[in-house]
Amino acid sequence: MEIVLVGLNHRTAPVEVREKVSFTAEQAQRASEELRARGILEETLVLSTCNRSEVYGVPPESSHECAPGLSIFLSEFHSVRPDILSVSLYHHYDREAVKHLFRVAAGLDSMLLGEAEILGQVREAYRFAHERGATGPVLNRLFQGALEVGKRVRTETELGTRPMSVAAAGVKLAERIFGKLNERKALVLGAGTISEQVVSQLRDRGIAQLQVMNRSRDRAEELAKQFSGKVVDWGEWDTALQSPDVVVSSVSADEPVLRRDIVERAMAARGNRALFLMDLGVPRNIDPRVAELYNVYVYDTDDLSDIVQQNRNARASEVPRAQGIVDEHVTKFLSWQASVELVGLVDALRKKMREERASFIRSRLEPMKHLTETDRAQVEKLMDEMLEKLLLEPAERLRGEKELRRKIQNVEALRDLFLSNREKP
Amino acid sequence: MNHLFPILTALAYLLSFVLYVRFLGTGKKLTGRLGTLVLGLGLVSHYFALLERSRGLHTVPYHDLYGSMSLFGWLLALTYLGLELYHRQRSVGAFVMPFILVFFLAAHLAPADRLSPPAAHGATFAFHVTLSILAYAGFALSFVLSLIFLGEERLLRSHKLGNMVWRLPPLELLERMSKSSVLVGLVSIAIGTALGFVWVDRLSEYSFYDPKYVVTLLVLLLYAAYLRLAGTAAWRGARASRLCVFNFLIVVLSFTVVNLYLSQSHRYF
Repeated sequence: MEIVLVGLNHRTAPVEVREKVSFTAEQAQRASEELRARGILEETLVLSTCNRSEVYGVPPESSHECAPGLSIFLSEFHSVRPDILSVSLYHHYDREAVKHLFRVAAGLDSMLLGEAEILGQVREAYRFAHERGATGPVLNRLFQGALEVGKRVRTETELGTRPMSVAAAGVKLAERIFGKLNERKALVLGAGTISEQVVSQLRDRGIAQLQVMNRSRDRAEELAKQFSGKVVDWGEWDTALQSPDVVVSSVSADEPVLRRDIVERAMAARGNRALFLMDLGVPRNIDPRVAELYNVYVYDTDDLSDIVQQNRNARASEVPRAQGIVDEHVTKFLSWQASVELVGLVDALRKKMREERASFIRSRLEPMKHLTETDRAQVEKLMDEMLEKLLLEPAERLRGEKELRRKIQNVEALRDLFLSNREKP
Repeated sequence: MNHLFPILTALAYLLSFVLYVRFLGTGKKLTGRLGTLVLGLGLVSHYFALLERSRGLHTVPYHDLYGSMSLFGWLLALTYLGLELYHRQRSVGAFVMPFILVFFLAAHLAPADRLSPPAAHGATFAFHVTLSILAYAGFALSFVLSLIFLGEERLLRSHKLGNMVWRLPPLELLERMSKSSVLVGLVSIAIGTALGFVWVDRLSEYSFYDPKYVVTLLVLLLYAAYLRLAGTAAWRGARASRLCVFNFLIVVLSFTVVNLYLSQSHRYF
């Protein structure tokens, strides 16, 4: 009942390798089926995201023995040369594998510390594998624990609460002024990559209406179409600035495109309703004096980068708390695993002793010819009773005492000691 | 006098304050919910503390400093809880609870006021006093909300965002909450004042020319002006919040200088 993990991520493999080893849903299912059919694993789960590809499994034998087989399988499955793959792959066993998964679910192993998406991806991977019968009692328990860790870390720490990109920070700031953005309107100046990122964030936050203004109308129409927005003619400031609550600017211009007099006129026309301006252009697209106007909030790239840096520091300071939650659940999982294994071990030991008792009695009682059949039966009964007595108490204690199970960390060593021929319970 | 309910109330308000502060600091939803729950328990306990006192007086306890301050604290807590549930916003609790606590504790620390048993003023008078105190509670709440608005607005404009800004309610929500509490105050003071005039009308010994009437009318007009102006181009945002803070200073003036030195018939409300 050991656990093995073989995989690679953004830290161990360049994107050229990651993209070759990633799994589609269909590939994940096929890989799981093949691994079980070939007897490499008994339970399997494939977790594949843009930054990681990992195979979790419960091998029939020792996890250390099956790991090389798993590596070869991955190499063959994705047609990647073993020498390329071997430098990128990591292998984790038992405690380390559990700890790794829990860290992944907590967002501690992500490229962007504390990212929220990974928990959903872990949940989806588990649901997918579970529905297809690829998981068993061990992986079920393991992934349920991982989901619990992810949920706790997100509710009990601030690891995932603060925005970590300039676009996300700007949108979060807009929410500080207006609250939910689902009844708000936005105007985007420029139709480049940065504008696209902000528009995507605004759409995620449910912005009600989107207008795009760009010097090149074709590009504006493209962006507007992509996000179901409208196009406004370049320079039509009086009409364009009348309704939006949020204005995002990212155009290439030597002079500010939004001058103070333009915004001042717009504020008078809109009855001084609050206006949030995000200036993501370098050089700046918005005249800095606009920030002096009543009810106007202006944030440029530097302001937003400062916020992102502060948030990054704040997230990093939450790591020990998140790690504490991970450690707590690792101990909890290992304790459960040990309890199941220990109970199984005692049952196997009992079975083995019964078998050995039969051959032992046969060999020892053979020379004692003077014993009658009744005496022999009596001796056998006495030995049975003694064996039961010897094993019953530990078995009951293992079932009942959680603390005792926690103390016994290495079940494998006990198995080696008592079941020398490595019988699996 | 039984001290059980006052002690329970003080403990509940204190615990609720701690929970709201923790909620503001950590953002844990469960802590916030517990803060609300404990505040609710405090309100129930405070109600029984007031009821105990009312039984002795056979009316709403407004005849001494203790009664009116304690009643004010209770109505402030009640109005806040209503506002919190209506707007689904708990971050303000950490700022409102100190006021509730101070009024409740000050009521108990105030010197015992051994007034002769009050005259049987009747239900009209009791409603007049209760609604007036409820109005002051509404205005006090809008004062706190306006101060938070001004602080948060300043932080957002100066780009000095600490950890707390991310937890405070959005500016426009603070504006809406402030307007809601002013509306509660305005409706209460309008009905309360009208009932006061009805009561005075029945008695000949009270003068119609109490300076309190003028100040109350001024308070009423100022808050009506706030509600009207808060949606206009020139005043919306920080200016309206400053007006709200100023209005509350007039309320405090009405409570202190006017009640103690100028009014004949209004002592503690």
